[in-house]
Amino acid sequence: MLYNEPSPHEVKILTRRFGLPDSASIKTYLKTDGYVAFEKALKMKPEEIIAEVKVSNLRGRGGAGFPTGMKWSFVPRTSPKPKYIVVNADESEPGTCKDRVLIENDPHQLIEGMLIAALAVDAHAGYIYIRGEYRYLIDIMDKAIAEAYEHGYLGRNLLGSNFHFDAFTHTGAGAYECGEESALLESLEGKRGVPRIRPPFPAVVGAFQSPTILNNVETFCAAPAILRDGGAAFAALGIPKAGGTKMTCLSGHVNKPGVYELPLGFPVKTMIEEVGGGIRNGRKLKAFVPGGSSCPVLTAAECEGLTMDYDAMARVKSMLGSGGVVVMDEDTCIVKVALRVMRFYAHESCGWCIPCREGTTWLRKLLQRFHDGHGQRSDIVLIGDLAKNMLGRTFCPLGDAAAMPTISFVEKFREEFEAHLDGRPCPFEHAEQLVMQ
Amino acid sequence: MPDPVKLTIDGKAVEAAPGTLVIEAAKCVGINIPSFCYYEGLSLQAACRMCLVEVEKAPKLMAACTLPVAEGMVVRTETPVVAEARKYTLEFLLTNHPLDCPVCDKGGECELQDMVFRYGAGESRFVENKIHVEEKQWSPVVFYDGPRCILCFRCVRICNEGMGVGALGIVNRGAVSEIAPNHGDHLECDECGMCIDICPVGALTSGTYRYKTRPWEMEHVGAICTHCSNGCKTTLGVRNGKIIRGNNHDRSGINGEFLCIKGRYGFDFTSHPERLQSPQMRVNGKLEPVSWSIALAAVAKKFGAALASDGRIGVIGSTHTSNEENHYLQKFARGVLRTNNIDHHRSGDVVTLLDALSGTTGSLASTADLYESKAVLVAGADLSSEQPFLAFQIRGNYRHHQAHVYVVTENEVREDGIAAESVRIARGGELEGIRSLAERLKTESELAIVFGDSVKGEAVRDLVAFGSSLGIPVKYVALVDYSNSRGALDMGLVPELLPGYQPSNRPGMTIGEMLDSDSLDVLWVVGANPLKASALRAADAFVVVQEMFLTETAQRADVVLPAASAYEKTGTVTNVCGEVQRLSAGPSTMGAKPDLEIIGLIAREMGQAAAAGPWAPDKVFAEIRATVKGYDVPMPVISAGGAAHTTPVNGRIPVESRPDLIHSSRDTLFTSGTLGRYSRMLGSVMEGRRR
Amino acid sequence: MTFSPQLEAKFAKLLGSYPPGRQRSAMIPMLMFAQDEIGQVTQELVEEVASRIGCTPLQVEEVLTYYSMLHKKPLGKYHVQICTNISCMLTGGTELWEHACGKLHIGHREVAPDGLFSLEEVECIGACSWAPAVQVNYDFHHQVTPEKLDQLLAGLRSANAV
Ligand SMILES: Cc1cc2nc3c(=O)[nH]c(=O)nc-3n(C[C@H](O)[C@H](O)[C@H](O)COP(=O)(O)O)c2cc1C
Ligand code: SF4
Ligand code: FES
Repeated sequence: MLYNEPSPHEVKILTRRFGLPDSASIKTYLKTDGYVAFEKALKMKPEEIIAEVKVSNLRGRGGAGFPTGMKWSFVPRTSPKPKYIVVNADESEPGTCKDRVLIENDPHQLIEGMLIAALAVDAHAGYIYIRGEYRYLIDIMDKAIAEAYEHGYLGRNLLGSNFHFDAFTHTGAGAYECGEESALLESLEGKRGVPRIRPPFPAVVGAFQSPTILNNVETFCAAPAILRDGGAAFAALGIPKAGGTKMTCLSGHVNKPGVYELPLGFPVKTMIEEVGGGIRNGRKLKAFVPGGSSCPVLTAAECEGLTMDYDAMARVKSMLGSGGVVVMDEDTCIVKVALRVMRFYAHESCGWCIPCREGTTWLRKLLQRFHDGHGQRSDIVLIGDLAKNMLGRTFCPLGDAAAMPTISFVEKFREEFEAHLDGRPCPFEHAEQLVMQ
Repeated sequence: MPDPVKLTIDGKAVEAAPGTLVIEAAKCVGINIPSFCYYEGLSLQAACRMCLVEVEKAPKLMAACTLPVAEGMVVRTETPVVAEARKYTLEFLLTNHPLDCPVCDKGGECELQDMVFRYGAGESRFVENKIHVEEKQWSPVVFYDGPRCILCFRCVRICNEGMGVGALGIVNRGAVSEIAPNHGDHLECDECGMCIDICPVGALTSGTYRYKTRPWEMEHVGAICTHCSNGCKTTLGVRNGKIIRGNNHDRSGINGEFLCIKGRYGFDFTSHPERLQSPQMRVNGKLEPVSWSIALAAVAKKFGAALASDGRIGVIGSTHTSNEENHYLQKFARGVLRTNNIDHHRSGDVVTLLDALSGTTGSLASTADLYESKAVLVAGADLSSEQPFLAFQIRGNYRHHQAHVYVVTENEVREDGIAAESVRIARGGELEGIRSLAERLKTESELAIVFGDSVKGEAVRDLVAFGSSLGIPVKYVALVDYSNSRGALDMGLVPELLPGYQPSNRPGMTIGEMLDSDSLDVLWVVGANPLKASALRAADAFVVVQEMFLTETAQRADVVLPAASAYEKTGTVTNVCGEVQRLSAGPSTMGAKPDLEIIGLIAREMGQAAAAGPWAPDKVFAEIRATVKGYDVPMPVISAGGAAHTTPVNGRIPVESRPDLIHSSRDTLFTSGTLGRYSRMLGSVMEGRRR
Repeated sequence: MTFSPQLEAKFAKLLGSYPPGRQRSAMIPMLMFAQDEIGQVTQELVEEVASRIGCTPLQVEEVLTYYSMLHKKPLGKYHVQICTNISCMLTGGTELWEHACGKLHIGHREVAPDGLFSLEEVECIGACSWAPAVQVNYDFHHQVTPEKLDQLLAGLRSANAV
């Protein structure tokens, strides 16, 4: 079971069953208030469910932080078309590994979240789109689905009602872009993972041309707690306008990397120093990425007084993103980080639009040459300029995801780029060898 | 009609229907927003980002190609920010582009070049290695040069949506994405070349044209395709008297940009080495080249002698010569040679259709009707193969107007893919199949029925009666085979009918009767090859043949007169829907003459010039306009290269249509009678060889 | 093509999982599961899947070449995937990758001559908090050091020898 030592700072709502024996089984689930939220929701009107979610101030955990209750209310319930629930378990944003632990440790929580969403919009089928690399999660999920059918939580006439719901897993096959909601739907329909023209948004035209609720795993997993304990209780865990907890994946140069459930608005410094146990080998913090590699990087100085929440991050021109916190110590070469990040986006660009396809490739080549010591002063300006020419001009946000961190690297760490000029070797290569031990 | 939406584009007040895209609304007020991926009529992509515009209150630039107009919207299409965005998009695009414009076929007509000229930077900041892949040949017709490709996906869409073939796809991901053919290393498709023409750059090039010329070295002549009956406009690129390219990229003509393989590449028969360039005469049993004057004198002498001795003369006309030629030929036959023994290969029962429709108006569908009619029924024809432009129109109608398409055929056809209902029925049983659709057809608001040669005689009459019983407006198309099959009928190239379907009071022999007659003295064949399949009984008959090649019929001739092709002369032709269009002379073949001129010269040689009348195409057409019912078409339309819809008769036609003589040759995309045999391009593609 | 009964059962389940007329949805899962069984996506498989879901082989090809986990060439029996994305890179993933290349004498997407191992430098595999991470076929290995990798490879090699 993928599970790290919990931290005393954690508020265990979504992770409350983590560590229990056989936590993924329906037995454990039912023993620990499992499916009581669904039973409750069955007796509620769809508007009441959506109202409860609105009260909870739950915002989407997939990266964009869109208010979930509002998203659900966009589904035209009177539409004659069938409606679908789609779970985004494509989790591919570098630095992020939370959906994986949520499914591995507590798959029924996700099924229950789907059921609640289904009741809210009168959907009768749901698909869990799981990235191809997480094959073992498909097995876990399939087993949980089978258990739920056996116990009457999936299938026809659930708990004696006239509500039906079927759930299916669906595997991806290696493409970051399929995490983008409309590309995911294309992929679900057996096509290349290229995003769709939006509007219409999935709530109106989603899977199979039908209205669809599409949320991140963590978002769905929050729904049972919201219905069980009330939206207000969930909201109270967080801060105004952003309720609940956030699964936070600490990685990089911290002593205690792991996935922790922290209340929204948690102080960044405490998160790194106490939850994460501080920087490895007694080094100092240089920078960190707050929510996956597409978020602009923040410097140690910017951590002062900063909290983990959507608005606070927006104020420092970064994003809470997916909760993938990547911590970098003082010996990290930012040029190398910038290169690795760009390599990723160039590899994952779907190739549909020109600025993203060509821009990421150009930047990858440029940064590689630069890091190899063949950079020129004018290249530093060019890197920022090319990124700015992608920003806001691409077909989908992947171009922005590649541009935003790049701009921040050049702006905030210009001296590190300059240190690579004139054929000088990377000043940090040696330091990294040390980390290895 | 819903209220129009009011918006402002570049300071101009614009009104547009709700749902109109900004790029289209701008076009209406003369503002051209650049685009690579947006292509009128094809699905939206928003991929190239060239159309980004500033919209007031929007947080970022918006793609005009997918942005619907909104009330009060304020759009600016050429601000410094917009121009800069386009400049950098082009800079991105050129990073992996080979910039081999000096040798590229598209140089001079390339949308990328034009765009870089308009917005681009003179200097590139890209110093990294370019991605290179080798050029690939996908068929004798289609080559793909990946590095030049800008991934606008026009080719994929035109093949999928426009042609209904789906032979092109996108493979790989990101910067190494490329276009791929349906069979790994090669294409199996219609070989229409639509993808090549629609490609904004030189990524797709054609086997006939590549590396042959620079576009500005050609003269561009708007001709009418001489193959099937659909009458597509093909713009011929002519250099040094030779056709080197066919396309219709200027979208002039009824067919817009559509052309099939025959229209685009099938012009090469004109320069086939076996083209006849000199008259030939039988000397000691062998055909020998002779001068025009000797040949004409021999023909005139023989014709004169036959006339004087009251001999039997038979005349067989063509399905791809001009209306003027056909009209003049029948006039000459009937007036000078005093015979009604004149016929041509009939391929559709137009006669019965016109008769059955007598008294109605507006019941003959035009090619445009097939694109617009709310419902279309195809019976007894594999349209995509035999009548490709009509099929294209129906596909477009389905795509753009959600037309209901019905199919009644013997075998599976491409139209099944878009059909509301398909009925399989043995040939000849079409009417029964159509009747089985009666209930559904009654719910349509209008219908166009396209039928092949197996619906003929009484069946046509029954079909029209069925159409009337539906209680909705119904229009018809009787399919025929070749570029002027319809014109040949209209011009009276049949023994029983004079021009304009006026009955002849003394019907002559049909083709079969002429060939079977043992007392035929003279057989005059203009642009036809009846002896390919039948024998000529009268061993002593003097045979005169006007032809481009030494066909089976020409080989039997006593005199062969080399004829010009449809691409080498002026005149008019009438397509399957009765639309008249003008031919333009592009190249010329040394020694060959237009059939009209040849007939005129024979008349003069016989001393009958006055009786036959002037043989200048314009003069003959003036006579046709004045005397053939329905051909009084507006001259400005024709002169400007447009198509004028004719409505030949409106009264009863009191003759039998001879259904027994109506047979379509069922030419496919890759065959076209004699002309097809002499087109090496048509013969080179594997699809043609297989069928 | 014939597949194992288990795979056929999976296919049947998949084809029933999507709304009527939407069988194309099964394409990617079918390719993935079939690839697991036969080791690669062959042209025969492309045609088979195309015919079962009612689309053209070209449409399958378009999809197949888009996804990085589908491959037309066979891989090693053990496909060793080493993540070098940012969290893994910061914790030694790059060095681990170089170590593996040196050890197996092969590079990115190459197969060792005996066909036992193949290597791939992969993007983030969702093990960032347990970096550096390695996936062998579908099995995750966390906080891998060069020594642990050596042991892992040796273990696989001897398991295979038995
Ligand atoms: C390039 C790209 C990749 C994305 N990847 C993921 C992902 O792996 N998982 C995810 O839940 N959302 C991802 N998203 C966000 C989704 O598009 C979508 O906003 C989200 O799944 C909605 O769920 P939420 O409202 O619960 O956050 C990605 C977005 C983009 C633009
Ligand atoms: S080949 Fe031409 S038409 Fe096709 S995607 Fe490339 S540039 Fe566009
Ligand atoms: S024309 Fe709008 S993005 Fe290409």
